[in-house]
Amino acid sequence: MTTALNCEQVAKKIAKAVPGAVVAADKASVVAKSESLYQVAEFLKNTPAFDFDYLTNLTAVDYMDYFEVVYHLISLKHNHSLVLKTRCRDRDKPVVPSVVSLWRSADFQEREIYDLMGISFDGHPNLKRLLLWEGFVGHPLRRDYL
Amino acid sequence: MEVERYPMIPSNEIDAAEGLMINSMMAASQHPIPDPDSWLDEELSRNVLITTVDYVLDWARSRSVFPLMFGLACCAFEMIGTAASRFDIARFGMDIFRWSPRQADLMIVAGTLTWKMAPAVKLVYEQMAEPKWVIAMGQCTISGGPFRESYSVVPGINRIVPVDVYVPGCPPRPEGLLHGIRKIHEKIVKESIQKA
Repeated sequence: MTTALNCEQVAKKIAKAVPGAVVAADKASVVAKSESLYQVAEFLKNTPAFDFDYLTNLTAVDYMDYFEVVYHLISLKHNHSLVLKTRCRDRDKPVVPSVVSLWRSADFQEREIYDLMGISFDGHPNLKRLLLWEGFVGHPLRRDYL
Repeated sequence: MEVERYPMIPSNEIDAAEGLMINSMMAASQHPIPDPDSWLDEELSRNVLITTVDYVLDWARSRSVFPLMFGLACCAFEMIGTAASRFDIARFGMDIFRWSPRQADLMIVAGTLTWKMAPAVKLVYEQMAEPKWVIAMGQCTISGGPFRESYSVVPGINRIVPVDVYVPGCPPRPEGLLHGIRKIHEKIVKESIQKA
């Protein structure tokens, strides 16, 4: 069984490696600043003590005030997991850096979020709609859709 | 007052006419009527049936309908159950579900149809050879069902292809689908090649 890491302790290590990246942290999750998300993800993947080599899930939540993109990470070697989040306050043009170059499994999931939630992923190699068709107007999973 | 009288039965005239008719019939019936098929030789008369083209064509068509597998959602499992041994769709001559529209006569559309899938449904329907029939199986296919108001679901497959039989249910039981197939058979036997 995968064990969850205490995110408060992980947040301290992240703050030491990437200064000013952590916005908030509690026991269950770390919230990183969206500008420095790629550096945080790189740090979590490449640090041998963490070694998060597998992105199991990538999703987004609409809280009306801001969007929250949620990354569920797992290390197959150490068998531990982490929940990393980032927030995006710009409702008209929300942009989050893409992590496809770190985890290939982010490819379709980022396209799905772009399709249904309207969040652009900066650096994605093929960012277009995944489930809906080209020319569809709007992003149906936003809470203000219809 | 003098009233003219006449006998109710003319004496002997009816009897005489009857006698003449019987005599003539007796004279004409001295020999048995020949069998109308006697000019055929024996092998032929045992093996030839005469019927109409419509009857034979409809009989053949209705008893060998080849369904096209078109499972889009959960209704497909009831369709698969209908084809399996308990309900045994082979009783109606529908032994094999065809995966190619070119070999199928009947499209059973089972499940929710999304707008992204709609062009594929239309293409498959157009690829099927005439004569062809369509069963809309389940609420989602008929009207969109609970997803009717959704942004991505077609509210009724009759906006995409013409439908012959609607089988309601969520999902319909295999008995329901079999009833729908019987209705298709009833529709096929009423068809005529003159109208085609």
